[in-house]
Amino acid sequence: MSLKLGVPSKGRLMEKTFDWFGDRGIELGRAGSDREYAGYVQGIDNVELVLLSAGEIPRELAAGRIHLGVTGTDLVREKLGQWDRVVEELAPLGFGQADLVLAVPTVWVDVNTLDDLDAAAAAFRLTHGFRMRIATKYHRQVREFLRDNGVADYQLVDSQGATEGTVKNETAEAIADITSTGDTLRANHLKILEDGLILRSQATLFRARRAAMEEADRTTLRTLLAKLALD
Amino acid sequence: MTDRAAIRAEAARLRALFEAEGARPVETAVLQPAEVLLDLYGEDIRARAYITSDALRGEQMLRPDFTVPVVQMHMEHGAEPACYTYSGEVFRRQEDDPDRANEYMQVGVELFDRTAPEAADARVFALIYNALQPLGLRAATGDIGILMAAVDALRTTERRKRALARHIWRPRRFRALMERYSGRAKTPESRAALLAKPDPMAGAGPMIGLRSEAEILSRIKALKEDAATDPISENEVALIDAILGVRETSDNALEQLRDIAVDMPAIQPAVDRLAWRLEALEARGIEIENLDFEASYGRTNMEYYDGFVFGFYAENRPDLPPVATGGRYDALTRQLGQGREIPAVGGVVRPGLVVDLGGLS
Repeated sequence: MSLKLGVPSKGRLMEKTFDWFGDRGIELGRAGSDREYAGYVQGIDNVELVLLSAGEIPRELAAGRIHLGVTGTDLVREKLGQWDRVVEELAPLGFGQADLVLAVPTVWVDVNTLDDLDAAAAAFRLTHGFRMRIATKYHRQVREFLRDNGVADYQLVDSQGATEGTVKNETAEAIADITSTGDTLRANHLKILEDGLILRSQATLFRARRAAMEEADRTTLRTLLAKLALD
Repeated sequence: MTDRAAIRAEAARLRALFEAEGARPVETAVLQPAEVLLDLYGEDIRARAYITSDALRGEQMLRPDFTVPVVQMHMEHGAEPACYTYSGEVFRRQEDDPDRANEYMQVGVELFDRTAPEAADARVFALIYNALQPLGLRAATGDIGILMAAVDALRTTERRKRALARHIWRPRRFRALMERYSGRAKTPESRAALLAKPDPMAGAGPMIGLRSEAEILSRIKALKEDAATDPISENEVALIDAILGVRETSDNALEQLRDIAVDMPAIQPAVDRLAWRLEALEARGIEIENLDFEASYGRTNMEYYDGFVFGFYAENRPDLPPVATGGRYDALTRQLGQGREIPAVGGVVRPGLVVDLGGLS
């Protein structure tokens, strides 16, 4: 057996993760060609690198098929019920920062807060005969946030990509999406509500609470956490 | 895991009790058209119900409750007055708590009667009260109608009253609105700035999306009118707080509400209805001096009830959800009936919990 570490399989998130571990004396890398999702680990024994899509890492952690995983806090909270019972946050990694926010058209000069959004939603429903549509892929978090804040008369519509374009395309009236700089929102004539920050997310190293471990794995985990200065 | 056969037997016993009291057994489909329920309950139901679909019928929901299909069935071809009973599984999606059931039996009773609503309330409550007597549960009661009457009685604009009435079931936003309308909470800076602008649309950027400029301007007009409205008086805020604070045995609660009605005469008819209901309950042998009443009961989790509300709790098992809940839902029938309304009251028992608590026999 070995300790399985799940890491995003491509892009900046993968490179930054490799850098973060590299700075702490553990070299991660992809084996073979760019198309092959196999990896290697140097600087510690008995750790196996598993390259996965960042979106699948929460599920793999929950199932205990990997012991450690790097993914965004936003994805863990979206995909796992009672996430804090399933995984432990070991360390925020300081990159991949993104905020999950609620945004509306900039031209809605009368809507700047959740209170405004709620009132506009009530009027919208009366005028148009259906509930105001908010496009997102973060259904759970957005719904919980709006419920906690007492916003009514809206509906969530699923949008797995190009969410910022849904308002212009008239498939939604508002959006809830991840943004890091806000540039894409501005380019699409959208603004963030003053109290519309749903979650601050960043790439985080998680430990699966329920993954089976042999004694040797426990020793490996202790050694690894010591090297990462997380013990 | 409680034995399914035992739960079915308990459900059959409960249903037989309701039938013996004159309720007619009915069945509904497990798959319900999602649109009606989504329109009625909004996004919250999506979090609580399982949704599936096919190419022919579109989105379908695994029955999250019986009330809506029973009301629809009655509105289509029921004679009045009518009393129905049913039993079967309901399905509730659970996203957070693995200990909560996602599928369980309900046995219910629904009563449609225009003539004497308070007597109907008492009849449904007594049916469930008597059936559950062996379990020694605590009954909680309330009446959303009193708070609704109080909101309607406020000396303020219709628009403010509508906004408050819309949020009766969301106490946090209700509170925030009261704070703002009474002048206790400050106007957000962005709103003050907007209202001060001579041309609010100047430099606003391109018009995108379905919500039109006319809609934006109409809301700004409403905001301006609202900013010029006098605050709701301290006195009226205190009266609403006094109503929300009523938590007593029913006989004492009635006295407190009568006192409040002296200062807020518009709630008198709603308080009278409470008095008639208590008389009707007494006539059915229920001791109202031992029956708890809480004016804010049912505001957080019983959104479609708009009058009498009740729940039965096992006091030594705080981990369990209520064994039975129910109430009056006239507004729901109004929405489902597109203008037609059938005063209705009903309640459901969870036989699974009855078995957990030792059963009725």
